[in-house]
Amino acid sequence: MENLQVEDRLNLKAKKFLMWLFIIASFMMFAALTSGFIVYTEGNAERGIKVLLPKAFMYSSVIIILSSITAHMAYLAAKNLQLGKQKLYILLTILLGIAFFYSQFQAWQALYNSGAYFVNYNASQSFIYVFSGAHLIHVIVGLFFLIYALIGAIRNIPQVRNVFRMEVASIFWHFLDILWIYLYVFLLLNQ
Amino acid sequence: MASTAIHDSAVLHQHDDHGHDHGHHKETFITKYIFSQDHKMIAKQFLITGIVMAVVAMILSILFRLQLAWPDESFPLLETFLGEKWAEGGRIKPDFYLAIVTIHGTMMVFFVLTAGLSGTFSNLLIPLQLGARDMASPFLNMISYWLFFTSCVIMMCSFFVESGPASSGWTVYPPLSALPKAISGSGTGMTLWLISMVLFVASSLIGALNYISTILNMRTKGMDMWKMPLTIWAFFLTAIVGVLSFPVLVSAVVLLIFDRSFGTSFYLSDIVVAGQILPNQGGSPVLWQHLFWFLGHPEVYIVIMPALGITSEVIATNSRKPIFGYHAMVYSLIGITVLSFIVWGHHMFVTGMNPFLGGVFMITTLIIAVPSAVKTFNYLATIWRGNLRFTPAMLFAIGLVSFFISGGLTGLFLGNAALDINLHDTYFVVAHFHLVMGCAAIFGMLCGVYHWYPKMFGRLMDERLGYIHFWLTFIGAYLVFFPMHFMGIDGVPRRYYAFTEFAFMQEWLTVNVFVTWAAIISALAQVAFLWNFFYSIFYGKKSPQNPWDSNTLEWTAPVKHLHGNWPGEIPSVYRWPYDYSKPGHYTDFIPQTTPFSETMSSNLLHDFEGNPEAEHIQQEWDRQNASERHNPEQV
Repeated sequence: MENLQVEDRLNLKAKKFLMWLFIIASFMMFAALTSGFIVYTEGNAERGIKVLLPKAFMYSSVIIILSSITAHMAYLAAKNLQLGKQKLYILLTILLGIAFFYSQFQAWQALYNSGAYFVNYNASQSFIYVFSGAHLIHVIVGLFFLIYALIGAIRNIPQVRNVFRMEVASIFWHFLDILWIYLYVFLLLNQ
Repeated sequence: MASTAIHDSAVLHQHDDHGHDHGHHKETFITKYIFSQDHKMIAKQFLITGIVMAVVAMILSILFRLQLAWPDESFPLLETFLGEKWAEGGRIKPDFYLAIVTIHGTMMVFFVLTAGLSGTFSNLLIPLQLGARDMASPFLNMISYWLFFTSCVIMMCSFFVESGPASSGWTVYPPLSALPKAISGSGTGMTLWLISMVLFVASSLIGALNYISTILNMRTKGMDMWKMPLTIWAFFLTAIVGVLSFPVLVSAVVLLIFDRSFGTSFYLSDIVVAGQILPNQGGSPVLWQHLFWFLGHPEVYIVIMPALGITSEVIATNSRKPIFGYHAMVYSLIGITVLSFIVWGHHMFVTGMNPFLGGVFMITTLIIAVPSAVKTFNYLATIWRGNLRFTPAMLFAIGLVSFFISGGLTGLFLGNAALDINLHDTYFVVAHFHLVMGCAAIFGMLCGVYHWYPKMFGRLMDERLGYIHFWLTFIGAYLVFFPMHFMGIDGVPRRYYAFTEFAFMQEWLTVNVFVTWAAIISALAQVAFLWNFFYSIFYGKKSPQNPWDSNTLEWTAPVKHLHGNWPGEIPSVYRWPYDYSKPGHYTDFIPQTTPFSETMSSNLLHDFEGNPEAEHIQQEWDRQNASERHNPEQV
């Protein structure tokens, strides 16, 4: 049986590693998009973002940083066996995630109103939608991970698994946070 | 994750029930053969799907070879099978010709040589050669196969839509691929191509993540990285290349989808279709080429590296010699991995690229010749004065080395930015990549199938059919692709429908007839393989546990497949996998599971990696048994 437990732990380690690899893969996707943006924009002086980025992007950044903090609190709570606290913080993170969604939509609205449409002969502006849209799809995935962790906590699954789920969800959520900041800074630098 | 529980309970069962009876898994047909989470079954699923796709793609190639050889002839049979729409009057129509060229390329590169090759052998060998019960996540592994299967089905479906399959070449360059009105193949067929590719990328990404995580985390006791067989090194680096390059294709495809369906202008600008000016402005078609080739070039290494890994293992085993330069082999694989990401521009020399940038890409491209040559010389040095056993697998491995040399040499010409102006998009390119990544990789795959067939099905394939298969395919492939070099040097462009349309191409028609006959013969040779493969699953000779007297771990697992691979404990590893014909030992192979304490008569001091105690014991033993040592001065 001891052997089994060792194998079991190794297995979880290998699975957690899958998440890191997934993060690398998904970062490559955004690296491709952003370098695509550079190649495209450098090609011609008429291209470029050429509008002020909406304020909502800033609010989004604040929201997602806050949610990253709550995700970490949930992880700490899970580690210390404070299940009530863990559930609360996961729930908070999920709510902040949804607020992030709302804020991004607001940003799109603002972009649209300022004339930077998605269907645009200056594709640099279309790229803003692609960046934030692709990021939002990742946020949806992140929400699923959080919900999965929440369900685990509610069902009172064994602590090893609970911490594992919580850890995977929070690693991914921090990645989403850092990814958005990368995208936002990238856009700001190219404004 | 749901898979955690399922997998662990499987391992649990393995342990609890061990020793009672072996029919204990309450597996239904569906969980065993269809939605299986067992890596060995998934490997077989990948292999058989890959073989089916290979046959389809091969038939497509014969169809366009017929057109190329006899552009004016009519084959009523074609109309019977393909219908009036595609082969009116028994002649393949131009639209259909472009479609089959495109789909042939896509299927061969992605479905056969990526999923069929990596998917099969990574899944089969990683857990078995490393001593793991299964993959890091068997559940995701299953998902990976079913995404692949779905993507194959969608690609096949595109043959049955009104406007036909995608036909802008396997690289689907916009604007041709971005405008549904440009050619009929850019309609629904192209949409299906894109959907299929997105699923395919998801499948290979999930696969690659699993392979890397398993290799890094789930090796058995004693199996440090430098004791891994070269197959595993190759799969590992292939998976890394995949993780870093496939997401880029997704980005490119997403933008293309927006251009096609939403009216954006990422790739489109200044286009007139059928007299109408399109509204799209400001896009850059070269952007697609950058993004595509950032995947596309590493992709060819994704195709060839597993084949090289498989070959290393098979050549060493069948030469009864340690692989020559194990570390050099690993470092050259790492070198290829790194370099593969900084050479994509050599596909774009004639896009109006800055000549300085062209020079940079030329240099990086030519540097890849160095690790490739290191590998080639190491294969040759391994074979040199070996005790060769010409099993079918060995023949295919040697065939790979041959193709890798003859195809690789022409890469030096194509990688040269100045020469490429002349050679770009000619048959010279076709000859080059079919030899170096097409034939070489498929030979690596076939070599793996012949070698590990006993591991997959517990039976042996027929050797005589294997020899027929090898010689016909080997000679046939050279006869098909060698003449194409000369056509390319003469400037004959690839993908052209009829050689009768241009005076300078007409003189090559006779060569085309020759090539087509060679292609038909090598295609028929595959029947020998297919018969051999499927017949032997049921009626082949039963295989012993270690049919090739091989050192690696997979041959210590029982012939009968178990969920969990080994009954009881996983064996530990004590030595590297290439102790073949070690002087002083009574057999010509020492499995990785044999501890040095059992092979005192053959141990060398450097085997102990600087462990003073072990060295001391060995020296003590040597002194007492001086007469038994073959080469005492070596110690």
